[in-house]
Amino acid sequence: MNSDTNAGRRHFLIGTAVIGAGLVIGVAVAKRRGTATRSGGGGKTLSPNAWLRVAPDNTVTLASGKSEMGQGISTGLTIALGEELDIDPARIVVEFAGADKIYYHPFLPQQFTGGSNSTVTTHEVLRQVGATARAMLLAAAAKKWDTTVAELRTDNGVVYYGSRKLTYGELADAAAAEVPAAKPTLKTQAQFKYIGKSQPRNDSRVKVTGRAKFGLDVDVPDMLTAMIARAPVFGATVKSFDDSEARKIPGVVAVKQVPSGVAVLAENTWAAERGRDALKVDWNLGSMASFDLAQVRADYRAKIRKPGLIARNDGDALKALQAAGARSIDVEYELPFLAHATMEPLNCVVHARADGADMWVGTQSQSQDVEKAAEILGLKPEQVKLHVQYLGGGFGRRASTVSDFTVEATHVAKDVGRPVKIIWTREDDMRGGYYRPFSISRVRAAIDKDGKPLAWYHNCVSQPVLATSAFAKMVIKPDGSDPSSSEGSANLPYAFPNIRVDSINGVNGVPILWWRSVANSFHGFVVNSAMDELAALAGKDPVEFRRGLLGSQPRHLAVLNRAAEMANWGRPLAAGHFHGVALHESFGSIIAQVAEVSVDGTEVKVHKVHCAVDCGTAVNPGQVEAQMQSGIIYGLSAALWGEISFKDGRVQQSNFDDYRVMRMSEAPAIEVSIINSGAALGGIGEPGLPPIAPAVCAAIFAATGKRIRKLPIASALA
Amino acid sequence: MISLNVNGTSRELDAEPEMPLLWALRDLLKLTGTKYACGKALCGACTVHMDGQPVRACVTPVSAAAGRKITTIEGLSADGDHPVQRAWVELDVVQCGWCQSGQVLAAAALLEANKNPSDADIDAAMDGNICRCGTYPRIRAAIKRAAEIKRGGAA
Repeated sequence: MNSDTNAGRRHFLIGTAVIGAGLVIGVAVAKRRGTATRSGGGGKTLSPNAWLRVAPDNTVTLASGKSEMGQGISTGLTIALGEELDIDPARIVVEFAGADKIYYHPFLPQQFTGGSNSTVTTHEVLRQVGATARAMLLAAAAKKWDTTVAELRTDNGVVYYGSRKLTYGELADAAAAEVPAAKPTLKTQAQFKYIGKSQPRNDSRVKVTGRAKFGLDVDVPDMLTAMIARAPVFGATVKSFDDSEARKIPGVVAVKQVPSGVAVLAENTWAAERGRDALKVDWNLGSMASFDLAQVRADYRAKIRKPGLIARNDGDALKALQAAGARSIDVEYELPFLAHATMEPLNCVVHARADGADMWVGTQSQSQDVEKAAEILGLKPEQVKLHVQYLGGGFGRRASTVSDFTVEATHVAKDVGRPVKIIWTREDDMRGGYYRPFSISRVRAAIDKDGKPLAWYHNCVSQPVLATSAFAKMVIKPDGSDPSSSEGSANLPYAFPNIRVDSINGVNGVPILWWRSVANSFHGFVVNSAMDELAALAGKDPVEFRRGLLGSQPRHLAVLNRAAEMANWGRPLAAGHFHGVALHESFGSIIAQVAEVSVDGTEVKVHKVHCAVDCGTAVNPGQVEAQMQSGIIYGLSAALWGEISFKDGRVQQSNFDDYRVMRMSEAPAIEVSIINSGAALGGIGEPGLPPIAPAVCAAIFAATGKRIRKLPIASALA
Repeated sequence: MISLNVNGTSRELDAEPEMPLLWALRDLLKLTGTKYACGKALCGACTVHMDGQPVRACVTPVSAAAGRKITTIEGLSADGDHPVQRAWVELDVVQCGWCQSGQVLAAAALLEANKNPSDADIDAAMDGNICRCGTYPRIRAAIKRAAEIKRGGAA
């Protein structure tokens, strides 16, 4: 989606006028505090979803259209707002808004949290909102004191005029009558008080005391709890079921067939689980019962030998690969299906009534979930009230392109009359599909006799992810290619005179989804692994080899150099320890990592990771560091052990015993260094992930001479 | 009826004896700070203290908790001011937060037994608590900071 980013920025500037109006609405809401209604009246349309409310009691509330799944966005947005409003971000109360058009993404007509773009797309919006509000508060104060705005100053939520002062809350009423400026003046970088300084998270206290409410914690009066017996293989349907034993379980209230299986509704979780265990379901298994990954592999390997849909074509890579005297590599890489395995398993509460519905859920896709629920219930979207909760991890799983888990919950709750909470067990979650797609890539690359670059041809087969989304019509190209399939491959930064990058749409019946960093999660591995092989072919050090090809990429070069410096690249390490390096750009941020690794037989130990990141400007440096640590550790789990496999169409993994993830004793020390290049803001939630697998594999090569071309590492070394 | 002592209060529960303590706490007592994540004592998200020892509530039948002293995250401290909670806030440990009740309770139990845990002690005590957000480096630092606070080296 890189090419659309500039168009997106233009759109959101146009959209600012609308958001400015939202501010007036927000202040007006404050004016009516304590009155019976918050809608209609006064000639102004009131919306509880406006970004900002300044209340007479001096409470400043940011109603966030973005979900908090650990990435720290609810703290990050207070920094942008607080900066321009001139109030300590820690004083801003954040609440999660429902679905509303005011929160639509600037160039995709949906409200969602993903693509590492929450800061990128809303930071400037919140600054504009803050600046607009501050200007209105100042104008109101100037009238009260019969002076000019130029005579006034603000500091941390207070307007001063000489020795006189008024809090923002005291001015909120009067400010509501002011006309917002079309284009408020924003601070210059030199004037920043908060942006760029680490701001403590505003959700720490509720999360260490058990008071944070996640989706699974929702409890509404008269609520039932449901578990669903789902198809043992994807696409299977219910042939028949016998619920006589299930209904005997104390606490089981109802058993109900839904499109995805058979739901057992009970008075509590334990009863629902026992009821489901007692169900006997006969399935029409369908074609996926014979799903065999070996066949998919053979199909993909055949496809990869042929040209694909062209994502980038500089010069003539195919011809250059044949050049006289060329030395070349021709390598294939295979990466597995992966589950997101968020700590909080999927869940959703729906209360469906004839005249409306409520949905309580931790979701990354607010507007689509509401639209789909409304469709199922025969309601208008505005009749479905969404109550967004904290997300116990997202990583893409809670941004379902088909709203699978909220749609299913809506089907279960329809016509029940009572609110129903649908709980997925860990096993349900692990086997429920929507995985990172399986992929096979091929890289052919050549250097001349002096080691100078000649050609790069990267081709990859995988199921296209955006093609399954509501955005498909907007983004799929006329040739059928999915731009998300070549994110991380088409943006190759190295100066090969001939570059070709293709994508091929793979087909198989496994439901897929974006998984933290999407295609970057495989392209980062493939590109860096092939670069490491090419460096070896050239007889050059991997850092030196990359440097030689980054002459026109100063940001990449600076990041690579910083990571190499941090790691003392090239200097001797402890006996048996080896370094590997990788460099990758995704979501507008450039990251280099050096991994220090030792290998003992099939056991790989990652001791330390040095990580340099250029995300343009680090709005909240402490959280940039946290997200780098997070991406690295999440990426290491996948690189070392992550794999979803199948037998007779059945997913073979079920829980954390057979889908191994990183634990405390296995986690490396991680050092992060931030380069504030001043370039456009980049994302941070995902970009820390792609470089770690190839950095570790490069270190394994340095240690053992063995190339890992198939993940996970544990299987490759076994 | 089963009698439980949770966070210093006696509670009478109409629960089947084999119902896991986890669901008794969450569904019957509405103490949702104790989290479900694996159901098989593989991840530690449901950690509570039983007579001061960390146990996995997801595999502990509620009947086995009868007559024992149960402490959940809600009862660890009155105002969130346990040294572990203070250190967690000070070092900005949490991300999504789903595992953190269990992490905090596991760390609190470690520090009761060991005033100055080494890295190896931390590994041993915390290896049963999975965090998918990868907060391990900050958890490690925060345990050391909590030990400092507990020893009297308050902020």
